[in-house]
Amino acid sequence: MRISTLFYTLRQGIKNIGRNKLFSLASIATIGSCLFLFGIFYAVLMNFQNVVRATQEDIHITVFYEEGTSEHRINEIGTMISRRTEVSRVEFISGEEAWEDFKIILGEHAAIYGDDNPLQDSMNHEVYINDVSTQHTLISYLESITEIRKINRSNILADVLSGVNSLVAYATVGIIGILLLVSIFLISNTVTIGISVRREEINIMKYIGATDFFVRSPFVIEGILIGIIGAITPLVLVYFLYETVVEFIIRDFTAVASIFNFLPVELLFQTLVPVSFAMGAGIGLIGSVTTVRKHLRV
Amino acid sequence: MRNESRRRRKRQFEDDEIITLENVIKAYSAGAPALDGVDLKIKRGEFVFIVGDSGSGKSTLIRLLLRELVATSGYINVMGYDLGRIKHRKIPKFRRNIGIVFQDFRLLKELTVYDNVAFAQRVIQVSGKEIRRNVPSILATVGLAGKYKAKPRQLSGGEQQRVALARALVNRPSILLADEPTGNLDPKNSWDIMKLMEQINENGTTVIIVTHNREIVNAMQKRVVTMKRGVIVSDEERGMYLDED
Repeated sequence: MRISTLFYTLRQGIKNIGRNKLFSLASIATIGSCLFLFGIFYAVLMNFQNVVRATQEDIHITVFYEEGTSEHRINEIGTMISRRTEVSRVEFISGEEAWEDFKIILGEHAAIYGDDNPLQDSMNHEVYINDVSTQHTLISYLESITEIRKINRSNILADVLSGVNSLVAYATVGIIGILLLVSIFLISNTVTIGISVRREEINIMKYIGATDFFVRSPFVIEGILIGIIGAITPLVLVYFLYETVVEFIIRDFTAVASIFNFLPVELLFQTLVPVSFAMGAGIGLIGSVTTVRKHLRV
Repeated sequence: MRNESRRRRKRQFEDDEIITLENVIKAYSAGAPALDGVDLKIKRGEFVFIVGDSGSGKSTLIRLLLRELVATSGYINVMGYDLGRIKHRKIPKFRRNIGIVFQDFRLLKELTVYDNVAFAQRVIQVSGKEIRRNVPSILATVGLAGKYKAKPRQLSGGEQQRVALARALVNRPSILLADEPTGNLDPKNSWDIMKLMEQINENGTTVIIVTHNREIVNAMQKRVVTMKRGVIVSDEERGMYLDED
């Protein structure tokens, strides 16, 4: 393609937006809304995942062994567990260590035991997992080992974290999916109107010998430009809104702020900016390409 | 099939035919066919009038020659392109060899005279340098060198048709198709346009004009193909626009 043709196509794409202001604005606004919601959900999701990640670092399963299990066998089982993909690390707690930890909880009441260690047989492994959602798989495996007497786990916390995480993700995908479809539909309408406005010009092009590509490309450019313009406003809005909300929470809701270690906006935007532009351009591309293929068979 | 195609090609080449129609039928969904077994041969460099009443099939014939429509049956060859078998992606290249002029000019209202003509070159991706050379030259040929900045609404009907003619010719087509080119013009402008077309024909372009203008057809003394209800009823060198019935 000649450079002059490229510029001509770009100019025509921009002109199309101007010729069809109302629908172009509607399309830009819809894509903007879609990407604004995407930005909000993305920020929430990322922060939530950050909390989940931090929390699951502390979640562990405690594995106790049958009385009489040899130390050698316990070490062997510990190695087997540590090789599992669900496991991030395994720590061995001897009976003495367990008793020392427990004495802190008992306080002055611990003295009644004197030098006796009631937790002599409570040697255990603390198993730390990578992802709370895989806890059930790991537990099934642990239950199959005969030497394991008891498994202590934090079911509720793991399930809640895992559930909320999934819920936020599904809600994000669902809402964005619906908005994407609406955006594509609106872009398609905008391009259809653009085609009908330029029908005369297109007919002349057709008679003169313009290729399909030459006739169609301004409309595709129009769609992509609408998508990219639609991505700019929500990014700016999300940027300032995020900073304001985070400042507000840290200042007025210290309890929440202590749980949530908010991610810096720059970190979020490293992904959000390219993804938003790609989504905007992608929506524009899909909406316009499907429409010109339907209405512009030269 | 292949032998038949070779035989046709050889004959067309030897007879210097630029357009060949053999037993062409074009039927729409309902009613009688718009073209019903049309045979027509036009040689390179000819000047041909196609005349007939409304509904005689003239417009369908033009649209078939442009490959805007596809014949229901029969054989159409234009400049070596078998229009029944041409691939979709080759149609633009084929059309670049045909200039077309309409009764209603079909100029782009927001563009100047220069840009309307340049548009035809931009569409086929001619370089800017060539456009700057070709457009003034063709505007001079049609007598509009001094009006290149004007918008179509600032021109008379005759001038607008000259712009349309310049746009049709700027890509140096082998064939010029004109569909009622004088339909919206007064007699003087009609004659001017016809003289211009004759001049273009003398430079080697095959000119085919669909018209109702009896006076011009009879005065020009060119080949006249008369159509009626989808068939060619007469085809005469130095013909006349026959009376109805």
